Amino acid sequence: MTAVQDTKVIISIKNLNKEYVSSDGKVVRALQNINLDIHEGEFVSLIGPSGCGKSTLLRLIADLIPPTNGQLTINGHSAHEARENREYGFVFQSATLYDWRTVLKNVQLPLEVMRYSRKERDKRAHEMLKLVELSDFADHYPWQLSGGMQQRVSIARALAFEPNLLLMDEPFGALDEMTRERLNNELLEIWGKIPSMTVIFVTHNISEAVYLSSRVVVMSPRPGRISQVVNIDLPRPRGPETLDSDQYFHLISQVRHLLREVHD
Amino acid sequence: MSTVPDSQLSTPAPSKFRLAFQEFLDGSGGTVLYFVVIVLCLMGGWEGAKWLGQETDYRLELGSVKISLNITRDLNMPHLKDIAEALSKPSQRQGPPLIEILVEKASYTLRLAIIGFTIGTIIGLALAILFAHSRLLERGLMPYVVASQTVPILALAPMVIIWSENLFGSREIGMPMITAYLAFFPVTIYTLRGLSDVPPTALELMKSYAATRREILWKLRFPNAVPYIFTALKITAPASVVGTIIAELPTGIQDGLGGAIINFAQYYVSGPSRLWATNFVTAMAGILFFVTVAVTEWLVVRWKRPSNRLDRWIDTFLKNLGRVVPLLRD
Repeated sequence: MTAVQDTKVIISIKNLNKEYVSSDGKVVRALQNINLDIHEGEFVSLIGPSGCGKSTLLRLIADLIPPTNGQLTINGHSAHEARENREYGFVFQSATLYDWRTVLKNVQLPLEVMRYSRKERDKRAHEMLKLVELSDFADHYPWQLSGGMQQRVSIARALAFEPNLLLMDEPFGALDEMTRERLNNELLEIWGKIPSMTVIFVTHNISEAVYLSSRVVVMSPRPGRISQVVNIDLPRPRGPETLDSDQYFHLISQVRHLLREVHD
Repeated sequence: MSTVPDSQLSTPAPSKFRLAFQEFLDGSGGTVLYFVVIVLCLMGGWEGAKWLGQETDYRLELGSVKISLNITRDLNMPHLKDIAEALSKPSQRQGPPLIEILVEKASYTLRLAIIGFTIGTIIGLALAILFAHSRLLERGLMPYVVASQTVPILALAPMVIIWSENLFGSREIGMPMITAYLAFFPVTIYTLRGLSDVPPTALELMKSYAATRREILWKLRFPNAVPYIFTALKITAPASVVGTIIAELPTGIQDGLGGAIINFAQYYVSGPSRLWATNFVTAMAGILFFVTVAVTEWLVVRWKRPSNRLDRWIDTFLKNLGRVVPLLRD
């Protein structure tokens, strides 16, 4: 099912620019003329060298920073409204768990802010921990968990209020290769269970981007812009056999070449 | 015991008692041992210096260098035995032993210190939360908060006591005010630091939930500040005892340690041990207050990896205690 154009557009970005003033007073063009449509149920990766603005683009979508100009709509309204309506879950590179809360309480944090009843909070948080297979660690504090487990808690937290959009900023960037591979599969499994969920995934890891995504957006730096979008039509569900397929290798080298062009 | 042949066990399982003892020694036990050794060294040094003074008739000659050892005379440095004796003997004819009087006075001073400490903590927290929410207020008021601490408390105390007498007809009411004046400042500084020292992503997470400022304060900033607040409280707890003693001086109230210190300082020549004994009890009162705060911190800040020596010490100590009294942390 790659008939992406038939489904609803979730995120629509037109002529989006982001500039900021650096500490020495220079105007830096972080993003220039970004145009991108993302459809419901897509898994889109943003990839590029550091300074290409991939994280900035994600933060603009999340309304964590304001754009300089251009148009950005989520589910038909502004990014600000989308944030106010709690339409997305955000996963940071560092798990960003609150030290003073147990695993369970961390997953409940958004539910507390969003005024879910205590009963509903307990029910959902336990469900989410089951989803990321951490039910046994509900009463642990974050420091007692490995980096990979912490990141799984953070994913559970992002999904606890069932947003239909998941924004992930290099979520597995700080993990070792084995853990990363495992979490990639877990993420695909979770995404597969919720058909309407759209994922935007920032990474600088080519194989990860290809393995996970339905589309890979290759970005280039100074000024940050989209240089090409690669459709990844690897069959789903993906698994160990995907990693051995020729098509997978071919797509990886395609993305690698695009990135090399971008880097020069 | 079971009759498993020795050859089947590479090492015999250590008994529960041995394991507990090993853990005790690794944790709190080791620290206790360390502490006892240091105390013994200090005591040895004290008595050793006195012995040296006596042996040399208080003049030590090393070649052409002459060193006076008058400092080690009994008037300046009473024998530890004499200090201990002074504690056990009545200071007045027919009275109870000095230690009983001093404990009573210490409890009076501690009570006032706790009141002042509590008021100071509340004021300190309130100011910090206020400042964290308004850069303008922080910029405007912070200089005065800092300036307040440059006024010598010794100069301020008599005035506050006189005001208190005129306003409330009681000198005692002014005393916790002086302590609070001393105690609020570290609380404000550390709390403010803890409220603002929040990782940027932790704040962005709250923003992504469209959380209100109040929610950010109570769910992120304040819990983040709690370890900082305890750092401040560990400074202000013993300082509160000192502050209360200073506050006692201009009141002429004889119920606390301040009165005892003045009294025994006046009669120092006829009984130096009594002032030393009083100082000892005063120090104990300060330490008791500090330890209470440290244990409270351990009970409240349970989410942290026990990182420093004191944390680990309390951790293992209370765990050992918990074996005997199974009501603390499982």
